[in-house]
Amino acid sequence: MTKQLFTGAEMVVKALSALEVKYIFGYPGGTVLDIYDAIFQQDQFEHILVRHEQAATHMADGYARATGDVGVVLATSGPGATNCITGIATAYMDSIPMVVLSGQVPTNLIGDDAFQETDIVGCSRPIVKHSFNCRSLEDIPNIIAKAFYIAKSGRPGPVVVELPKDILIPDNKGEFHIETDVQLRSYNPTKKGHPKQIKKAVKTITEAKQLVVYSGGGIVLSDASELLTELVEKLNAPCTNTLMGLGGISGTHENFIGMLGMHGSLEANKAMANADVILALGARFDDRVTNNVKKFCPNATIVHVDIDPTSISKTINAHIPIVGLVDRVIKQLLAELEHINYAPEPDKQDAWWQQINQWRAQKSVSYQQGEGKIKPQRVVEAMYDITQGEAYVCSDVGQHQMFAAQYYPFAKPRQWINSGGLGTMGFGLPAAMGVKLAFPESHVICITGDGSIQMNIQELSTCLQYKLPVVIISLNNRSLGMVRQWQDMIYGGRHASSYMESLPDFVKLAESYGHVGIQINHLEELDEKLTQAFAIKNRLVFVDVLVDELEHVYPMQIRHGKIDDMWIKKGVKA
Amino acid sequence: MRRILAILLENEPGSLSRIVGLFSQRAFNIESLTVAPTEDASLSRITITTIGDDRVLEQIVKQVNKLIDVIKITDLTERSHVEREIILLKVLAMNDKSRTEVKRITDIFRGSIVDIGKQIYTVELTGDADKINAFITTLSHETEIIESVRSGTVGIARGEKALRI
Repeated sequence: MTKQLFTGAEMVVKALSALEVKYIFGYPGGTVLDIYDAIFQQDQFEHILVRHEQAATHMADGYARATGDVGVVLATSGPGATNCITGIATAYMDSIPMVVLSGQVPTNLIGDDAFQETDIVGCSRPIVKHSFNCRSLEDIPNIIAKAFYIAKSGRPGPVVVELPKDILIPDNKGEFHIETDVQLRSYNPTKKGHPKQIKKAVKTITEAKQLVVYSGGGIVLSDASELLTELVEKLNAPCTNTLMGLGGISGTHENFIGMLGMHGSLEANKAMANADVILALGARFDDRVTNNVKKFCPNATIVHVDIDPTSISKTINAHIPIVGLVDRVIKQLLAELEHINYAPEPDKQDAWWQQINQWRAQKSVSYQQGEGKIKPQRVVEAMYDITQGEAYVCSDVGQHQMFAAQYYPFAKPRQWINSGGLGTMGFGLPAAMGVKLAFPESHVICITGDGSIQMNIQELSTCLQYKLPVVIISLNNRSLGMVRQWQDMIYGGRHASSYMESLPDFVKLAESYGHVGIQINHLEELDEKLTQAFAIKNRLVFVDVLVDELEHVYPMQIRHGKIDDMWIKKGVKA
Repeated sequence: MRRILAILLENEPGSLSRIVGLFSQRAFNIESLTVAPTEDASLSRITITTIGDDRVLEQIVKQVNKLIDVIKITDLTERSHVEREIILLKVLAMNDKSRTEVKRITDIFRGSIVDIGKQIYTVELTGDADKINAFITTLSHETEIIESVRSGTVGIARGEKALRI
């Protein structure tokens, strides 16, 4: 019997099927037409045609964030591949598992500046976890399998695979072999924390008088939120989340003291500043958390748990470093607490909690609605009430992002999807589309602004094609709000290029793409019209809410200060 | 402080560029870099000399280790080790005096003259960075250095300890 032979393009498709891919996001072009032809002739997975490759990466990213699976992108060589760069960087900064398959000109033309040739492996090198140049068709299946394994294991991240056209075309065929159980001699991420460090950590934590649990995106990525909650309850410790870690513990849990950092709550930043022990779980002491690192929590002993050794002692020195998967390490910590029969002593903790409750009582995350223009915070609260806190909220970048993070307490991980590390405007809509594809029955919101939404607005067309009825809520303040806020606070109120003088009519724009457009201009109509918007189940609704353009995001850390040096409201320091 | 890092990594296309890219991306310093396949052709060995304090070095080691292609990295300067560098120099040797001086200095440093032209000697010397620097300084007092090329440092730990899979 003769062995069955396949083209490289068929191998790509067979490999993706073997890896149980359900969706792939992309845009065709010369060098990947053979792959598109092979996709056309199969029904194992669906291809979603975007309108711009950047959106394909964000869609795959949103899909990956909501499901935990690897997001898959297919782009042609040259501009197709370079359009993916921002999306790859976005995934890299937030550690999102993604595989980007990029076409390349035929091997014999590489280096000749051929039509649509770019060295995409070179272009993307600083923003990928790893990348592969495929040079023979027999290698395709195992390179794709390795790409998936690397993207998803350890600290997840994007992996780029470059596929030159000559190994995809029908002229060349080979046998298909795939090893989905990947082993790499040069890559073995640590899983369990070191037992001695676990013991040391537990001793330090249990002896603490003013402990804070500071958790980040690692909790979400490793599905460790139940374990985190158990640990927090067991220790009866206050817990703060980073922007990426929201939903790691329920936003309504009594031990949750809010987000920390630049726009975090006063109680979270104060608790950090006054802590004697900080237990950092899957968080990386990002500059938007620490404020001035030289003044960061000088009295705290820091226990830092992270899968990535480079995150430990990079910006802030860790006294007790633990490298490992955060879910495994929390299990080890819980086991050790069990082993020593730990029970919190209320007497010892009372003073600390009283102090925290005093900070809480200042209600730093609050606003005054008044009679006038709609406050953006009020829109987020309405959105929370109508969706009963159960929606997936996919955010763009700017003031609306911070308002959503502050005023929509997330009950579960993966509910809050935003570009935290790179801060990519234009992320929200395509990410929401990826989430909607994964969870068609759930409310999926894209919270955005008049600036961000226009960075990937063309995807409204994709939404129609694939019937993705996300609810877009645009907090329209006729300006680049966060830029403007900084200009107000730091640049003497000079609004250089932060005013959008030529906004489209978003209602008509939505309608022209075949969707429903609703404008909300008055406070009285806010709840009713928003409720209407969410009641429309099978069509995309674009809600253009005209909000108070003068509103700033507070609280806000004072630049170069300590973590708890904060503006509480305009001109008022904590 | 000067450090010598030895890196064992997969001999794959692009693996060297990942190392070099990492150093420039994270503003780490490279004083010298050498690379070649090992006796096992699937592996490459890189030696990098760099300058940095303990904190920077810790990040360099961790960041390099994080690269998927990298199998092992070690800081040779942490313990006893042997380091060598080779230099080839072309120097002016126009008259008897300068020819004699070049020959004498080369002998003292236990180098060798590997090529002779009408007016130029080509000299080879192996040693650690200090010895090479001293050789250059001494030679430059006696004659003009026309061209030189240094291999960059290679190094290996003394004793039983080995960098292998």
